[in-house]
Amino acid sequence: MYPAPFEYHRARSVDEALSLLSQYGEAAKLIAGGHSLLPMMKLRLATPAHVIDIRTIQGLQYIEDRGDYIAIGAGTPHAMIEQSELLRAKMPLLSQAAAVIGDPQIRNMGTIGGSLAHADPAADYPAAVLAAEAQLVATGESGERVIPVEEFFVDLFQTDLDEREILTEIRVPAISENTRCAYRKFPHPASRFAVVGCAAVVTMENNRCSDVRIAFTGVASTAFRDTGVEDALKAQPLTSQSIEKAAALAAENDELEIMEDHFATEDYRRHLAKVFARRTLNQIASAF
Amino acid sequence: MEIPIKVTVNGEVYEHRVEPRMLLVTFLREVLGLTGTHVGCDTSSCGACTILMDGKAVKSCTLLAVQADGAELLTMEGLARNGELHPIQEGFWREHGLQCGFCTPGMIMAAYQLLEENASPDEKEIRRALEGNYCRCTGYHNIVKSVQYAAKKINR
Repeated sequence: MYPAPFEYHRARSVDEALSLLSQYGEAAKLIAGGHSLLPMMKLRLATPAHVIDIRTIQGLQYIEDRGDYIAIGAGTPHAMIEQSELLRAKMPLLSQAAAVIGDPQIRNMGTIGGSLAHADPAADYPAAVLAAEAQLVATGESGERVIPVEEFFVDLFQTDLDEREILTEIRVPAISENTRCAYRKFPHPASRFAVVGCAAVVTMENNRCSDVRIAFTGVASTAFRDTGVEDALKAQPLTSQSIEKAAALAAENDELEIMEDHFATEDYRRHLAKVFARRTLNQIASAF
Repeated sequence: MEIPIKVTVNGEVYEHRVEPRMLLVTFLREVLGLTGTHVGCDTSSCGACTILMDGKAVKSCTLLAVQADGAELLTMEGLARNGELHPIQEGFWREHGLQCGFCTPGMIMAAYQLLEENASPDEKEIRRALEGNYCRCTGYHNIVKSVQYAAKKINR
């Protein structure tokens, strides 16, 4: 399968990529690992006239400790995030999600920035960055803009990024000693995308949940925080009973438009959300 | 507009001009004539097109040839030395790790990366490392045995 013809541009810096973006506007697409864009181009679902390679930019692949948060370069491949000792120690949720993306070959090429900017409703990272309360750095011609993650995912394959901006960095707060996190998913048996994926971060104080963050991917047109489950656990002890009760409230918000396809009906997806909320929270409970 | 690329494949340097939309697997097979790398699903699912790029296993059907500019590639053809099979190749032969053989190059290249990073993987680690490679003869059991054979031989 060949993509439709296009012109290829190699950017050597973020500035060069930005000037190419402003030159070609809507006719241009950025490519990093290419594991979201190329499959779409091969199926002719995307036919950009210009493809700007940003994998050739030095310095977009890094994982750095900045004290309050860990900074991840947007060009960092999933495999590096999966294996990062720094993330495993200070924000393991990202490593846990990266470890179950696709397969080893895909994790070697695909990047966190590419996955987030593509905003596939069944991708793994969106749930993880929501539960992590990450901040996303977009770079445009006028400089950097920090986007709180809750404003980032707008709709199916749509983000808050302007078409002349590049996602350059992802910042995730380090967790405290009394915080645990987990990501569990039901992978589609063929594609390995999440039919339902649940990310959770729980902080305990005096044996009660002082902070609970639960996010789902795969369920609706964008990943989302599930405040129903979160509120049910706040100030409660983390026991199999409290988890069972809270998980039963997953994906019950009336405003949610739950996805449906030939693999999973709306009811089945809602059911899976409850099952995976329970499993994720039980995994967290056993980690304390 | 064609783009000049320079790649090292199995230790040999190649310089070509390619159309940007040419896939890396097409470049290997049709421009360089290295047909040991197979095209299976052509959608980055099956892993038959797996090669090593700068030491990492990648699916060459989901890469543009222009993205490999400057890279070092290792394909199936680069494994045997002086007419002697690489231990992973030998393992697949000894342990009957192939039936139709179509998935074999991809399996071997994915196993190659695994053994580079982990010299004595257990069965679970082998199966996880080969998660991106499908064998539609479903001969996974002997494939795992083949990789175990190779690990033993390399460590000897």
